[in-house]
Amino acid sequence: MNKVDIVIVGGGPAGLAAAVAAKKAGCDSILILERDGELGGILNQCIHNGFGLHTFKEELTGPEYAGRFIRQALDLNIDYKLNTMVMDISPEKVITAMNRTDGMFQIQAGAVILAMGCRERPRGALNIPGYRPAGIFSAGTAQRLVNIEGYMPGREVVILGSGDIGLIMARRMTLEGAKVKVVAELMPYSGGLKRNIVQCLDDYGIPLKLSHTVIDIEGKEHISAVTIAEVGPDRRPIPGTEERYTCDTLLLSCGLIPENELSQSAGIEMSRITSGPVVNESLETNVTGIFACGNVLHVHDLVDYVSEEAGRAGENAVKYVKGQLDDNASGKLIKLAATDGARYTVPSTIDPGRMDENLTVRFRVGDVYKDSYVSVYYGDERVQHRKRQILAPGEMEQVIVKKEDLLKRPEMETITIKIEKE
Amino acid sequence: MEQRHLTCIGCPMGCQLTVEMDKGEVLSVSGNTCKRGDIYARKEVTNPTRIVTSTIAVKEGDKERVSCKTANDIPKDKIFAVMQDINHAVCKAPVKIGDILIENAAGTGVAVIATRDIRKIS
Repeated sequence: MNKVDIVIVGGGPAGLAAAVAAKKAGCDSILILERDGELGGILNQCIHNGFGLHTFKEELTGPEYAGRFIRQALDLNIDYKLNTMVMDISPEKVITAMNRTDGMFQIQAGAVILAMGCRERPRGALNIPGYRPAGIFSAGTAQRLVNIEGYMPGREVVILGSGDIGLIMARRMTLEGAKVKVVAELMPYSGGLKRNIVQCLDDYGIPLKLSHTVIDIEGKEHISAVTIAEVGPDRRPIPGTEERYTCDTLLLSCGLIPENELSQSAGIEMSRITSGPVVNESLETNVTGIFACGNVLHVHDLVDYVSEEAGRAGENAVKYVKGQLDDNASGKLIKLAATDGARYTVPSTIDPGRMDENLTVRFRVGDVYKDSYVSVYYGDERVQHRKRQILAPGEMEQVIVKKEDLLKRPEMETITIKIEKE
Repeated sequence: MEQRHLTCIGCPMGCQLTVEMDKGEVLSVSGNTCKRGDIYARKEVTNPTRIVTSTIAVKEGDKERVSCKTANDIPKDKIFAVMQDINHAVCKAPVKIGDILIENAAGTGVAVIATRDIRKIS
């Protein structure tokens, strides 16, 4: 069986950044396995701009951002296989994969980095009543059809869900001559960035209906109309608020789900909140030597954060294959808890001996909070208390944990992140 | 005197801004909670601009379309005119990131450039 020090599953932004960082950290045996016919992942179809402000200090389009990492990976002679589907990852880190050239093959990996990304919540998971005609697409599928293949899915469009991809596609379809009639959002707030609501909807006079959902789909062969209704606080439709929109296309932008079938078969413990693996400060899962980063770990709002996180996963994987990851391990595990409005943290545990001087802990809130504080408790002691004008579920938040602070508190068992009114 | 209402895009707050104007001159901005709102509102009511991103048809390439963008921001009211030029343009592979695909889109003086590489297929 072929042996490779670090196998990276997925050649999107996370996989590329992990590979580049691992190579720079001194590992020469790296292999990226990518399902698509090219590297870059979903960024290739995100042709809009706004990427890279943190990483490159300039505003790039998705293909340009991906292109910079692809260029680095090629310059560093990192190996990759395209059109290659990973079928299984065993707890012993044996990767089973297949493609048309090599057939089915197995690789013994020293370490594995999971970088499979996420996929969109499909219609089947949304329980929309009505017929099942053609013309219903996830926003990302429509994005691929328009931006890569050059096809228009339709001319009269209704969009359900106000995630960023849905907003971006509302503008994109409008620029290509379609009429986007309405964007309906089940929640009383949008999951998308303010900037996208203004520049993708308001700029083109597209109405956004909050607390609304699709309650009927018409059309036997092809979609011909949808009915939208207002929902109450219980998120159930309010009778008498129904409005019918004729359309030939319904786009769904209703959330992203980390793609973790492979992780589960490897015996990796999963978080029920993020739908991604549970990881420690080194971004390592409960299966030693298997790391996770990017949207397969938790859905990010900015690719810059994906690149940064994936770089850390790559460096830690190198430490693992060199046998250095546990050099300073303290054997002590501090738990991270998210309560009072904070939904989850990544990572879930910290071994103070294995962490860098500063560790970025990322989390999301479960609701919109105005004039509130992000508080960090070490045990019962409040050590951070930062006022924020606004916190929203669509924006990833972060706090910094310092190693010296943890070493000073050897008795501490739990770090808690809370949202507080005062 | 006229009033314009805007939503600030500086952060997730989305402050509702009111701009008071007289003959194209900004008299006051209100509703903002920080300085970014003031700057955004003044630019948005006097000279709103946007970057336009789209795709252009490619001949003899390994892809049907090459993604592209305006090299700088263009006046907001020229977006559809620029899109018309983009939709009529055809380029030939190979294409490199940064290649100029349209020199002067819709008379704005701004070029449309490629945002990805396209290989030539033989």
